[in-house]
Amino acid sequence: MFLALLIALIAVFVVAYLLGASRARALSGGDPARLHSLPSYHGSYVAIAAALPAFLLLIVWSIAAPIIADRMVLGQFTDAIAGMTQPEAEAFLRDARAIAFGGIVGFTDATKEAAAEFYSGIRTTTNTILILIMAALALGGGYLATRSQTAEKRTRQVVERVMMIVLIACSVVAILTTIGIVLSLIFESIRFFQKVPFTEFLFGLQWSPQTALRADQVGSAGAFGAVPLFVGTLLITTIAIAVAAPIGLLSAIYLSDYAGKRFRAAAKPVLEVLAGIPTVVYGFFAALTVAPFFRRSGEAVGLTVSSESALAAGIVMGIMIIPFVSSLSDDVINAVPQTLRDGSAGLGATKSETIRKVILPAALPGIVSALILAISRAIGETMIVVMAAGLAANLTINPLEAVTTVTVQIVTLLIGDQEFDSAKTLAAFALGLVLFGVTLVLNFIALRVVQRYREQYD
Amino acid sequence: MDATITTEASPTEAPAPAELVNNQKMTARKVDVFYGDKQALFDVDLDIHEHQVISLIGPSGCGKSTFLRCLNRMNDTIDGCRVTGAIELDDQDIYEKSIDVVEIRARVGMVFQKPNPFPKSIYENVAYGPRIHGMTRSKAELEEVVVTSLQRAGLFEEVKDRLESPGTGLSGGQQQRLCIARAIAVSPEVILMDEPCSALDPIATAKIEELMDELRTNYTIVIVTHSMQQAARVSQRTAFFHLGYLVEEGETDQIFTNPQDDRTHDYITGRFG
Ligand SMILES: Nc1ncnc2c1ncn2[C@@H]1O[C@H](COP(=O)(O)OP(=O)(O)O)[C@@H](O)[C@H]1O
Ligand SMILES: [Mg+2]
Repeated sequence: MFLALLIALIAVFVVAYLLGASRARALSGGDPARLHSLPSYHGSYVAIAAALPAFLLLIVWSIAAPIIADRMVLGQFTDAIAGMTQPEAEAFLRDARAIAFGGIVGFTDATKEAAAEFYSGIRTTTNTILILIMAALALGGGYLATRSQTAEKRTRQVVERVMMIVLIACSVVAILTTIGIVLSLIFESIRFFQKVPFTEFLFGLQWSPQTALRADQVGSAGAFGAVPLFVGTLLITTIAIAVAAPIGLLSAIYLSDYAGKRFRAAAKPVLEVLAGIPTVVYGFFAALTVAPFFRRSGEAVGLTVSSESALAAGIVMGIMIIPFVSSLSDDVINAVPQTLRDGSAGLGATKSETIRKVILPAALPGIVSALILAISRAIGETMIVVMAAGLAANLTINPLEAVTTVTVQIVTLLIGDQEFDSAKTLAAFALGLVLFGVTLVLNFIALRVVQRYREQYD
Repeated sequence: MDATITTEASPTEAPAPAELVNNQKMTARKVDVFYGDKQALFDVDLDIHEHQVISLIGPSGCGKSTFLRCLNRMNDTIDGCRVTGAIELDDQDIYEKSIDVVEIRARVGMVFQKPNPFPKSIYENVAYGPRIHGMTRSKAELEEVVVTSLQRAGLFEEVKDRLESPGTGLSGGQQQRLCIARAIAVSPEVILMDEPCSALDPIATAKIEELMDELRTNYTIVIVTHSMQQAARVSQRTAFFHLGYLVEEGETDQIFTNPQDDRTHDYITGRFG
């Protein structure tokens, strides 16, 4: 229904556009210069007048109609629903809708059948009304717009204004969604902190979120001290950066200052392909290749390396973020003006002296922010650590042991059937909030540094 | 055509051949420069005399900068650039295999068109060259080099209270003098300047021109300029380039009052350029 109306509206739009444009051409009497706005603007003007009001109505209607229908059904069947609890009433409506419009029905009875009947009755009437109003809006809008078309009519201004409003509306949607996500994170976290004290979460050393179904079960209390997760995240991130920073930075230097044009043109895309590999692929690379390799090498020299180790996950994650470091660093190193390189070379400095003493200090802020962005990426990375680092919340800084991270725990907390008000599930939101806060701060710092650095050369 | 140039230029050099032979600091012989397949300089012969300022003039794209960059092998840093012929500094071919380009660039310093101080403090900018060449043995010695270089570049009085502030914070003219101080600090024998005033206002330009006349007592200076007035003011000799050829070279007065070649005449009277 919605789709059919949408297609109809598009047809209206096209027809109105052609109509408006051709009318404008007729108005110009063969001399386009007599028109204030080009015929295409006239076309758009008429098309917008015809299609936009009807389109807005369609959107509002699609959102509001089901709610109103529910209300009407509830009003009609007060007796039947009076005895029900809230979830029961919702199930009742759900089943009635399913009977009426198709879907999986729990079970039926006479009242539900009646309600379903009522539902389809409402649907038919409202749809007829909707189509009639939309047709009226389209015809009326189109008619008024064509009537107002004159050679002097400033349709360009109208069209530009409408375009701007549409663009604003879209960005508002994007911003509101973000705000909505953040708010839901915050509210759910607040609910979590009502169950588990804030200080215990931040400073507690014990993490075992399994709350028991029966009171006499072992470990029924559940412990929500997140320090082991923070330490695990930090450990893996540190290993990742220790791998990615030198390799990424040195390859960036090579690419920007040593490599020939040809090699650079070939190598840069290849490095960036690394960034396009799905992280789950890195994940099984880490779990199936790297981790066993470390375990065997460890055994060979008499070390016990657990089969899921922070080292394996960290190194693979480091490989994953190499392209971020190298690509961003390459950009900032290239942004250092050639005149500085010439100035240094003109004083008799060698290439490596120039790089160490002029280029790197000048590019340092940019490089730092590249590293910060890479860190924030590593902190938020999930797949690799899920597969290679393990689930055990060990509080350790030994890279050969299994550790777990914030992201891994969020995943495990939310896998499977959930009750959305247990501390266990809500803990995921609190962890998510921490993750969000940390990466937000890191990205903010990185962007500020980059900005200050840009100003230096502009 | 090259033959005529040499013969035309030689009468003006004729009066003092003995003196000229003695004080040649650099000589270029049969210099061709190619960028890839494209030839930018054709068979250039030029002498650069000690303790003089020589101006290279000519319409843009004629190869002035290209020739200047040959003199300290800065062309080495450009991909696909090839130099043939001989360029000698104190009778030593600077393109010979055994020659260290680092040493050449220390002896032949360069100042660029756009002031390009490093994003470091004023002090560190000047100390940069002496540091990389390991020229000083102590901190005090380095400081002395920095101060004298700044003094010779006529900048010391203006910056002596803020040697630790960034060089990029100076005005354009000050930055260019800082770059001159930076070049002086490695005690070069020749200083190359590629349109050093083109990014500066008239007052800053006047300061630099004044400075060049002072620097001449200690250094040999080659300056590329697009301003004929500047060439006339600062240089003892002038060389006119056109389309990659050195058309004419001689005493600045003679070039501007009595050019031997029609193209030189047309250029200095503003008929093209
Ligand atoms: N890096 C380069 N690569 C290729 N061609 C160049 C390069 N630099 C200069 N050229 C060419 O060499 C010629 C001389 O240039 P240049 O020496 O910069 O002239 P000028 O300094 O007299 O204006 C010009 O035709 C220019 O296009
Ligand atoms: Mg030039």
